[in-house]
Amino acid sequence: MDVRGSLSRFAQGVGIPRLLIGLFLVFLFVVAYIQKLPMAMLLNGALVRTAMNGILVLAMVPTIQAGVGLNFGLPVGVVCGLVGALLAMEHNLRGFTGFGTALAIGIPLAAVAGLLYGQLLNRVKGQEMMVGTYVGFSVVAGMSVFWLLGPFRNPEMIWVVGGSGLRYTLTLSNHYGHVLNQALNFRLLGVLIPGGLVLFYLSFCLLMAVFLRTRVGMAMSAAGSNPAFAAASGISVDNMRLLAVVLSTVLGAVGIVVYAQSFGFLQLYVAPMFMAFPSVAAILIGGASTRRASVLNVIVGALLFHTMLATALPVTRTLMEGDISEVARIIVSNGMILYALTRGRGGN
Amino acid sequence: MALSRQPAARRIQSDVLGIVRQNAVPLLFLALGLAGVLATGMNPYFLANETINRLARNSFLVLSLLIPVTAGLGLNFGIVLGAMAGQAALIAVTHWRIPGLSGLGLALALCTPLAVGLGWFAGMILNRAKGREMITSMILGFFMNGVYQLVFLFLVGTAIPMRNPAMLLTQGVGLRNTQDLELIRWSLDRLVYWRVSGFSFPVLTLLAGAALCAVLMFLARTKLGQDFRAVGQDMHVAEVAGINVDRTRIIAVIISTTLAAWGQVIFLQNIGTLNTYNSHEQVGMFAIAALLVGGATVARATVANALVGTFLFHLLFIVSPFAGQRLLGQPQVGEYFRVFVAYGVIAVALGLHAWQKRQQVLRALARDKLAAAEVSGD
Repeated sequence: MDVRGSLSRFAQGVGIPRLLIGLFLVFLFVVAYIQKLPMAMLLNGALVRTAMNGILVLAMVPTIQAGVGLNFGLPVGVVCGLVGALLAMEHNLRGFTGFGTALAIGIPLAAVAGLLYGQLLNRVKGQEMMVGTYVGFSVVAGMSVFWLLGPFRNPEMIWVVGGSGLRYTLTLSNHYGHVLNQALNFRLLGVLIPGGLVLFYLSFCLLMAVFLRTRVGMAMSAAGSNPAFAAASGISVDNMRLLAVVLSTVLGAVGIVVYAQSFGFLQLYVAPMFMAFPSVAAILIGGASTRRASVLNVIVGALLFHTMLATALPVTRTLMEGDISEVARIIVSNGMILYALTRGRGGN
Repeated sequence: MALSRQPAARRIQSDVLGIVRQNAVPLLFLALGLAGVLATGMNPYFLANETINRLARNSFLVLSLLIPVTAGLGLNFGIVLGAMAGQAALIAVTHWRIPGLSGLGLALALCTPLAVGLGWFAGMILNRAKGREMITSMILGFFMNGVYQLVFLFLVGTAIPMRNPAMLLTQGVGLRNTQDLELIRWSLDRLVYWRVSGFSFPVLTLLAGAALCAVLMFLARTKLGQDFRAVGQDMHVAEVAGINVDRTRIIAVIISTTLAAWGQVIFLQNIGTLNTYNSHEQVGMFAIAALLVGGATVARATVANALVGTFLFHLLFIVSPFAGQRLLGQPQVGEYFRVFVAYGVIAVALGLHAWQKRQQVLRALARDKLAAAEVSGD
């Protein structure tokens, strides 16, 4: 009866950003259908992109919940994951052994780095996002010196000329490239589903959802939503924030290894510098704010954002020259972050 | 009284220590730069000329950061918006092929209204994000970079009718990656160009910087300058005192953005080529790093900080690739090292500031608690 009222209720329930991006996706798929693009391939590409980036998006949940905010310092975890991935490659480990070793080295490294980074963030409450951004940037720049001087000897990894220093991009195809992507694949209605990759991603989501419902997880969220109340009920707010930063950093390390094996390459030097921004944008698109986030926000946001990125390029390419999807990515992701930062209360 | 009875030598010693402590950051960078100079054994003339040149072309951009710091907005990463306005004007002037000083003048005139508009927009956004202006201004820079690319990569040649094979990509839509600014190159630098026993001075560019310093120092003494300081110290107190806080903050951002636009025009007339899609990206980062190297903080920045910082930062910038080459056999190491220094300086400065501010808040809280306890005790 009251069509307009229920429509506006629907729009409010779903949220304007998700509605707009959802409509844009529908538009993209309609154009793709008209242009006779292979739909099964588009959908497969979207799923792969979502799942390979998903854990990096998930890394935002603990810090937001604990009141640390959007973790712009994600590159701290990413470089730890890269060190693990490089060591596995240096010793010529292949397949799941290589992938597992990369994680086994990357995770403890990230835990230690996260502990230090978290200590720092506890001392700069209120400015975590800005400090985190620049800690991330400087870690990436500092590690660039390490990539040049580090004791890597594998000829597949270092420059041919000069005999030292890691290359900008390392190919993983002889090592553990696509191990997850090629595991447990199946077809559903003609679409190739990357079973292993999706399963790996969703199991991390499930773990996070379960963790948030445990006693510790709830204490962590309490420390974020009302620090004074949490402290009064005997929760150590600083320790909870520390735990959140460690979790986020570890997820950053796991996330980059999963990303790299799916991409097929390890990207070094300045490549990890802006790794945090798409993840921040994705979780915000999923409906999170700078103070509240859930696993559902991750799943929805990663799916919408990365499906858009995966389909926009092939679709717009049929319509016009040049890569407008890259520009759309910059505008949409930063516009989303800007929207989240300017929403709600001002002041400290 | 106790101080006056100290022996003179000890007093001088404690004075020296105090000065060192107050200027720890610039002194550290001076030491780093000098060590680099000694390690590389560079030609002093090359070093001096390069430093003068960089000081002339960069100081305007660094000075554009001062007013928002005074007004409590912190480091304005949004000066990239001004840089974009400057570049848009330069692109127009290059398209119309207006050479020399008239081209430069027109570019400065054209970029001003654009920068004022963008500054107003940025100020409005930052007023909605009080307490997190810096991260917001940074993201705003990224966002507007997307808009800039949309305009110059896709709208030029389609929605904006422009036919110029020398500037456009081969398909006639979008600007090329590099634009030749030969027509206005050195139009300011070489208008009055002194060469004194091996040193060269772009006199007018240096004078422009000096004039800006004078204007900024004068501005600090006006009513507007006082308003900036009042708002920067405490927004609530300023509001109660009858200052329109939001408007004052917007004015600060507008001035900063406009100065940055002029600064970018001055910078690019020295460089002589425009990297259409990259020249503006690093402007904010380098200017901010330079200001912080000069000993400024997020809440306090002076003209002296800006000038000393520009000098020291660029000294390190010139020296570090040579030092990397000489000490480690790889110039790349030096290049990554200087990037690391730029980001690291910003990270440390931001961290220190946030930490100190937090200490203040905690002390104030403890004081209030103590006072409250005394009251209830009575």
